[in-house]
Amino acid sequence: MAPQVDHLLYYLLAVATFFTLLIFVAIFYFAIRYRRRSEKELPHAVHTGMALEIVWSVIPFGLTMIMFTWGADLYFRGSRPPDNALQIYVVGKQWMWKLQHMEGRREINELHVPLGRPVKLTMTSEDVIHSFFVPDFRMKQDVVPGRYSTLWFQPTKAGKYHLFCAEYCGTNHSRMIGWIYVMEPQDYQTWVSGGSGGGSLADAGGKLFESLACANCHHPDGSGRCPTLVGLFGRNVLLSTGHVVKADEAYIRESILQPNAKVVAGYQPIMPTFQGLVTEEGVVQLIEYVRSLNPKPVGAEGSGQMPALTPGVVPGSQRPRVGTAGPAPKER
Amino acid sequence: MNASYGIKSWLLTKDHKRIGLLYLATITLFFFLGGAFATLIRIELLTPQGDLVSSETYNKLFTMHGVVMIFFFLIPSIPATLGNFFLPMMIGARDLAFPKLNLLSWYLLVIGGLFALFAMLAGGVDTGWTFYTPYSTSYSNTWVIATAIGIFVAGFSSILTGLNFIITVHTMRAPGMTWFRMPLFVWAHYATSLIQVLGTPVLAVTIVLVFCERYFHIGIFDPALGGDPVLFQHLFWFYSHPAVYIMILPAMGVISELVSTFARKPVFGYGFVAFSSLAIAVLGFLVWGHHLFVSTQSVYAGLIFSFLSYFVAIPSAIKVFNWTATLYKGSISYATPMLYAFGFIGLFTIGGLTGLFVASLGIDVHVTDTYFVIAHFHYIMVGGAIMAYLGGMHYWWPKMTGRMYPEGWAKLSALVIFLGFNLTFFPQFILGYLGMPRRYHVYPPEFQVLHVLSTAGASVLAVGYVIPMVYFVWSLRYGAIAPANPWGASGLEWKTASPPPKHNFEETPIVTHGAYDYSHVIGEEVEVG
Repeated sequence: MAPQVDHLLYYLLAVATFFTLLIFVAIFYFAIRYRRRSEKELPHAVHTGMALEIVWSVIPFGLTMIMFTWGADLYFRGSRPPDNALQIYVVGKQWMWKLQHMEGRREINELHVPLGRPVKLTMTSEDVIHSFFVPDFRMKQDVVPGRYSTLWFQPTKAGKYHLFCAEYCGTNHSRMIGWIYVMEPQDYQTWVSGGSGGGSLADAGGKLFESLACANCHHPDGSGRCPTLVGLFGRNVLLSTGHVVKADEAYIRESILQPNAKVVAGYQPIMPTFQGLVTEEGVVQLIEYVRSLNPKPVGAEGSGQMPALTPGVVPGSQRPRVGTAGPAPKER
Repeated sequence: MNASYGIKSWLLTKDHKRIGLLYLATITLFFFLGGAFATLIRIELLTPQGDLVSSETYNKLFTMHGVVMIFFFLIPSIPATLGNFFLPMMIGARDLAFPKLNLLSWYLLVIGGLFALFAMLAGGVDTGWTFYTPYSTSYSNTWVIATAIGIFVAGFSSILTGLNFIITVHTMRAPGMTWFRMPLFVWAHYATSLIQVLGTPVLAVTIVLVFCERYFHIGIFDPALGGDPVLFQHLFWFYSHPAVYIMILPAMGVISELVSTFARKPVFGYGFVAFSSLAIAVLGFLVWGHHLFVSTQSVYAGLIFSFLSYFVAIPSAIKVFNWTATLYKGSISYATPMLYAFGFIGLFTIGGLTGLFVASLGIDVHVTDTYFVIAHFHYIMVGGAIMAYLGGMHYWWPKMTGRMYPEGWAKLSALVIFLGFNLTFFPQFILGYLGMPRRYHVYPPEFQVLHVLSTAGASVLAVGYVIPMVYFVWSLRYGAIAPANPWGASGLEWKTASPPPKHNFEETPIVTHGAYDYSHVIGEEVEVG
């Protein structure tokens, strides 16, 4: 992305330099050429030229529309992560960045990513608004409490890059910084599978699912008082209000923290809130656990290092289900 | 104007000219207070480690710099001083429509200022002048509400001034002073007043919501209570983006007067310049979302706000081109006010053009919340608004005080300010593009060279601001006596004595020609100060 942003910058610089010089030269030239030679001097009035006014309105407008479309195109592409992007979760808090890889490896204020592979960050904050800013990638995205924002990039050169918090967040805002390490893919593979065990994010989520006693209601076969979570992720869900919502990260997060906000059609709003009982990182693990309940076609989307997600961690939870990725199911 | 003496005659005055001078004294104090904060910030940033003050103190310094400079200096600056003094005179009126309301608006600014000063002395506030939630509502342990009340009260000062100007322009014009004979200064203030009256109440509402959220936890902004922190940003910028035009439109009005007087020519494209002020005032209300491109605002909202932002660029460009064209075949004097006008046009051009950068989505994602944005808005507000304010102060000083300022020193300080300003803020464009985030107390060492340059420039700039302060005060006693019309200017304010009598004109002027008709001035008598 960085070279494209810089090309737009060069265009803007060219336009800006041209008009700055135009105005400066005109002012200097007029100021000298038409300097006052006697106190009694009375110049003739020059009448307004309609054509001139139109010319100097329309030409700049045309130039700015190029800036608009060019910039909008970059912005649009920056907002659409590719499907094969490597998924990483980011939680900001006063004053540190906490990052979790799918394989379970966790980092603070450092992010290791492989070269040449698109990386998608799903980010939220535990407290105030932060902003994830990597100047060398020309990328920035606010990290807002209560919602997920995403940012993606594709590193093109191995190395070490600054990570800054760009949204003022209190006393140690300027110390909420870190580094992005872009590594050769094989080095990354070694790195990500290292670390102190602990299993994948989904494993951790599974353990949390047990310890929070979620399984008491959410039975894998849908027989409990609550809907099954098997095959839920990515599917359209019919709500009691008649609306249909896609079960993405934001939906699952909300369903854990504010269960009554969106109730699945045919079920009672009986689930208690888990606000305060589960951290933002825990929520992320639960989301990955729910995602892992989806049956996996060969070469699944998401992390390319999928084998690290060992199947069958939670007994009985991996039962395949037909038509999970289809449109809103009517059977519930 | 000096019909009576004594403190009481000033504190209870209903004379718009005296109220203008009261404002002048008040905002000058705030300007130097805000400047002192800026000085400490720049000294701190000489080194990357953050060794002069603690992070808490640094955060309070930039917050109070912003709060003081924006709400207690820039917003009132030109309208409340020069506008108060000259808007009635320029349309041939004896005073504003509501003189008591005018006095009340000054008291409100003072009361608001006292709240803000109290907050600073009691321990300060550290939220940034933008007060973003949920930091300001749920996390900051500083004097948020005292400061916010100060801004709330000062906001009503701004609303009342705007209301007064609008009604004055509608009802108090002298015989023959038709709308299209009004000086462009008056047009600019009319447009500004519309923003003050329509925009400031939204700020007031926002402050009340912050107050309720902080004390009663009503859950408007805090996501833990079901609120939306980004909603605050929408409300805040709905006022605070138009507020930029409250600061720059009156400056543009001043520049129109200066360019015309010192080129001795009518402003080229008078109608275009007049309507561009109104266009900016209206369009200014439609672009607030360009502050939120990376805030999680919808991508489509981003597209629309970026698109609309470019529309504001056009009336601004029209003004710059027309001022420049006014110089063509003029009779150009290099008096100090004109040097400021040249400086304004140059710096505003750079500030405006870099506005095109930040309006472009792809670039803004990278440069927002960096020093690039800081440099951009200081080019508009300091390079633009303050240059015009100082130009206007020099231009009208003889009329306000009856004394001339020392021309040599004035030219020197104008040059010092221009050079100091550029040295301070130009490096910040580069810093920003290299990735230096704003509001950073400590920073990576590779940014130090540019920060040192910027601080060097700030020292020069500070000297440039102190010099006029000294010679203006000096001139009150020792300056040459000013004639009624030292510049050969055409406005009605120059057709009466310096300083003007209590009711401005000995007899109500009857206007027979448009603004900027110099044949009526130069033919008769030209007095040289």
